[in-house]
Amino acid sequence: MDYFLELFLGGLTRGSIYALIALGYTMVYGIIELINFAHGEIYMIGAFTALIVSSVLAFAGMSGPSVLFLAASVAIIYSAAYGFTVEKIAYKPLRQAPRLSPLISAIGMSIFLQNYVMLAQTSDFLPFPSLLPELTFLEKYGLKIGSSEFIILVTTAVSMVLLMLLIKFTKMGKAMRATAQDRNMAMLVGVDVNRTISYTFIIGSVLAAIGGVLIASHIGRINFYIGFIAGIKAFTAAVLGGIGSIPGAVLGAFILGWTESFATGYVSSDYEDVFAFVLLVLILIVRPSGLLGRSTVQKV
Amino acid sequence: MKTRLSGRVFLSWLIIAGLTGLFAGPAAAAETIKLGVAGSHSGDLASYGLPTKRAAELVAKEFNAKGGVLGKKVEILAEDDVCKPELATNTATKLVSRGAHVVLGHICSGATKTALGIYKDAGIVTMSSSATNPELTQSGKYPNFFRTIASDDAQAKLDTDFAMDVLKVKKIAILHDKGDYGKGLAEFARTFIEASKKAQVVVFEGITPGAVDYSAVVNKIKQSGAEAVIYGGYHPEASSIVIQMRKKKMGTLFISDDGVKDDTFIKVAGKAAEGVYASGPKDTTKNPLAIAAIAANKSTYNTDPGAFFLNGYAAAQALLNAIQKAKSTKYEAVAKALRTYPVDTPLGKIKFDKKGDAIGVGFSMYQVRNGIYVEVPAAVTAKVKKKK
Repeated sequence: MDYFLELFLGGLTRGSIYALIALGYTMVYGIIELINFAHGEIYMIGAFTALIVSSVLAFAGMSGPSVLFLAASVAIIYSAAYGFTVEKIAYKPLRQAPRLSPLISAIGMSIFLQNYVMLAQTSDFLPFPSLLPELTFLEKYGLKIGSSEFIILVTTAVSMVLLMLLIKFTKMGKAMRATAQDRNMAMLVGVDVNRTISYTFIIGSVLAAIGGVLIASHIGRINFYIGFIAGIKAFTAAVLGGIGSIPGAVLGAFILGWTESFATGYVSSDYEDVFAFVLLVLILIVRPSGLLGRSTVQKV
Repeated sequence: MKTRLSGRVFLSWLIIAGLTGLFAGPAAAAETIKLGVAGSHSGDLASYGLPTKRAAELVAKEFNAKGGVLGKKVEILAEDDVCKPELATNTATKLVSRGAHVVLGHICSGATKTALGIYKDAGIVTMSSSATNPELTQSGKYPNFFRTIASDDAQAKLDTDFAMDVLKVKKIAILHDKGDYGKGLAEFARTFIEASKKAQVVVFEGITPGAVDYSAVVNKIKQSGAEAVIYGGYHPEASSIVIQMRKKKMGTLFISDDGVKDDTFIKVAGKAAEGVYASGPKDTTKNPLAIAAIAANKSTYNTDPGAFFLNGYAAAQALLNAIQKAKSTKYEAVAKALRTYPVDTPLGKIKFDKKGDAIGVGFSMYQVRNGIYVEVPAAVTAKVKKKK
């Protein structure tokens, strides 16, 4: 039972990270029906920014939670700026173009950002300091859950609740929902659609940056390529849950995390990805629009 | 018309044959020791073969400056096989017909394997600087084959012997990164452990390189009660696994390969890297012969040594030295000399075992101590050797 619990918590942690990234995919898709392949790179840039800031602060002699706070804040602002700029450069000019064009543009942006970080930083793996504090009160729960896992879970939960409140109760959230339902109609009733889309990208990037800082502190190393695999997995989670649906992305991410964790724990890690993608195929056969996806009629 | 033409062809053949005879005549009269050098000298894999060829030329020059071998000059016969098994038989036949006394080559394991039969039939000692396929020596099919490089399974052998005989662990988890290199090593390790019956493989798994985290597989290791992990692969995944194991306060020993014996591993894993074992090639940077050989290469060819240069250098030295010691170029005598007399080479003092592998060439065990890889004292490793 202990073993089961450990795998369950491990899967939950992994799922949380997937969820933070998957939300960015699903929100952007929901609003402009674009698969933003550069999203994984925003996550990677968040992690890199946090590394650079924390190194500078460590050099200046700072330590403790203030480093985490400052590094994470700068990472969030920086990633948000990247998300905003990527949208303005690569997607906005193509808003009226056929749907394939922004997709190609997204792939190009992803490759560009990866190579940019590789050239500007390094292609080697870099050590990432463990910014997350050690929570001593967890020790009495044995070693089932580590501090960093606990912090990842709590942070993810808080982020989700805030996101939900933002979408449900703020004016911007309302505008986002309206734009997602029907962009032209929203425009007619006075919603600034371009601004709403920019906000969506910014919010997605903020979540990705939080994910980047958390997972990099958890596993202790980063390089320019980490965004690719995390991005693919998060994208899978978003599709699994029904792309465009926010609770769907979270559900999909947790299911993916658990599947991987249990497949490794009870079968073999050789088949980790096999199980994850077999599950994806099975769910899509039964529910082509994903677990919580709306089976939308093509919008006119 | 037809007959006249073939008549002319026949005539031209006669002339060519006569001419080559003319040229071959005086060369043969001078009596040289012919050192065949076969390997990839052109094509995609030329960078593997050319350093050995250069090394052979340098060694020949060195021996000739001292008066040659058995009073005769050493002559290099170089033949290109482009690392292709289907061409290697041609290459071998050519070298045999040109009268090579010993052959340094081939470079790639596949090409070496197909060529060896031909050398065996012709009674020619063959020594490779780079063919690492374990079968070449271990199958016993090629008594004429020697090599100055450790075979592919040497690292796995060192890792498993070290774990079972020095660290005395009974339960071992084997992980690999599903790549050729890592999986190969892991499979050899499993075979060795199962054959020795001194320990038990409790986990054998491939992990996904670049995954977001490895907590599930780390949990599995913890659950299995393994005392040591043998990991086949490279440092990025190794550092993640070690960090997560130490975060879970697991004291499980971690033993890996020269993909992990990299300073980046220590830099990334930080404190978690302390105590990690990794096997790696023996250090030759302080060997004066190696320094001299690399300097000679630089001054003669003005290039970097390249892949297997020192192995090639050592092989050429060993072959010529064996002919010297055997006072003959006969197969049995040379083979016996190779197994009897040690020779000083850039790889250290080497001689060959019954199967044809060089003793004293290969890997050492290193451990991370205070942030650097330190070679595990020879006394400890010697204990491993004795038990073998």
